[in-house]
Amino acid sequence: MIIAEQKPLSELKSLIGSAEKVLVVGCGTCVTVCFAGGAREAAIIASSLRMATKLDGHPKTITDVTVQRQCEWEYLDQITDQVKEADVVLSLGCGIGVQAIVEHFPSTWVVPGLNTAFLGLPLEQGVWAERCAACGDCILGLTGGICPIARCSKSLLNGPCGGSQDGHCEVNPDIPCAWQLIYDRLKSLGKLELIMEIRPPKNWRTARDGGPRKIVREDLRLGAEE
Amino acid sequence: MAAETLNNGYLSGSNLEKVLKNGHFAVTAELGPPQSADPQVIKQKAELLRGYCDAINITDNQTAIVRMSSIGAGAILIQEGLEPVIQMTCRDRNRLAIQSDLLGAYALGMRNVLCLTGDHQTFGNHPEAKNVFDLDSIQLVQMVSQLRDEKHFQSGEPLKGQEPRFFIGAAAAPFADPIEFRPYRLAKKIKAGANFIQTQLVYDIPAFENFMEKVRALGLHQQAYILAGVGPLKSPAMAKYMRDSVPGILVPQSLIDRLEEAGAPWAGKSKEEMTKEEKKARSDAWKQTGIQICVELIQALLKIEGVAGIHIMAIEWEEAVRPIVEGAGLYPRPQLEKQTI
Repeated sequence: MIIAEQKPLSELKSLIGSAEKVLVVGCGTCVTVCFAGGAREAAIIASSLRMATKLDGHPKTITDVTVQRQCEWEYLDQITDQVKEADVVLSLGCGIGVQAIVEHFPSTWVVPGLNTAFLGLPLEQGVWAERCAACGDCILGLTGGICPIARCSKSLLNGPCGGSQDGHCEVNPDIPCAWQLIYDRLKSLGKLELIMEIRPPKNWRTARDGGPRKIVREDLRLGAEE
Repeated sequence: MAAETLNNGYLSGSNLEKVLKNGHFAVTAELGPPQSADPQVIKQKAELLRGYCDAINITDNQTAIVRMSSIGAGAILIQEGLEPVIQMTCRDRNRLAIQSDLLGAYALGMRNVLCLTGDHQTFGNHPEAKNVFDLDSIQLVQMVSQLRDEKHFQSGEPLKGQEPRFFIGAAAAPFADPIEFRPYRLAKKIKAGANFIQTQLVYDIPAFENFMEKVRALGLHQQAYILAGVGPLKSPAMAKYMRDSVPGILVPQSLIDRLEEAGAPWAGKSKEEMTKEEKKARSDAWKQTGIQICVELIQALLKIEGVAGIHIMAIEWEEAVRPIVEGAGLYPRPQLEKQTI
């Protein structure tokens, strides 16, 4: 899922600026699960902003609402009236949610309440880690199911580099060396021959390097051929 | 495929290649370019190395700190009549930039390149930079060898006209983890096309002997020239730092003890209690021991089958190279006929 973190309150205040009516919009999917922008967080942020603006001597009208998914038009339709009334929408969705609101309500000023961090998973309560870089050409089948693009600090395809020590990456002892993990897993499954092959340079066109990406499935489009 | 050679039998015709191919024990030394645009720094450091090594490695923004470019400094070395080994990392350039820089480097007369992944930028003086790592070191070796031997660019497009004919180097980290994989990763680099290897610093001879035993078992010493990395230790603190904070470096306690012993006359005195002269005397004593240890390490490396030379990394201490090379009995260096192509 998409993992995000809340921006500090001071930044939220500055993003809201001089707007009087603020609508905080939470999202019920990924950012709810990572405790960054669900209904609970939307209510807390709205309340914190109400208090903060009151203390500043310029109390604002701050309300909150949460939709199931900010990244789908049908859920955004449900909050049309509230959005139209607001001077600014503070989206607690990921970067996709913010932009979906922008695209759906072109005349509304929308600002982000979160920093979208990565695609990952919760390792334990309160700890999330990156797992996928959405490179568009999955190589997990060659690396024992451990992604070096997302998890090696240098995204090496023929690792590990000389900075691997005691299972850690030299960039930070908190980062496990992805290639040590790959090596250990391939070894334990009797597939070390996979790491002995030279992997050629990656085709980065399928990643962001090829420009913004889009998928069109003609078979799924409405109004396509009968 | 078997690499095609020049009509004289050499891949690149570099002095380093000739020294190695003619069976001499090679000596390379590292020169760190300045964090400025001053050519005099390169010239002064070059003079310390002239005649004491067969080629001079010029680092490429080492530890991710901005310095004069390897190719720029290499051009100055060539003007000075010395031979550079251009270090090229994957951190700062994509495949377009690397190929273009190498075409330029060859046109300027450079003939050796060391292909590296590169230190991560978070270690350097621009930690907020975006990194590249379009290729890794093994893919870089492959690309440079394709340019030379197959005369095509990385994309597969043919290279028309003069191809860059480099003597291709790669690094090896014998003591980084997973240690049992290291000889095999070296094998991958050699399979990719590496002609010579320069290793990470070696202080632990038995551990390096173990590594070389596996290297020989794989026959790698017959497919590429392996130069063992050595470097003089300046102080016990530096030795401990290397041991504790630099991945892939083993420093035996016995070496640290020898350095401590060299500084024993000043032991128990804090920095504040010591005069400037005392500090210098202690530093000189450490340095002398560091050089002596380095000489002994080289003498031990000379006896290991499959070690074709040494690569001296006297970081910001190029003055140490002469006494080390002389002390190890590796001076004077072989004088081979200069190749013009």
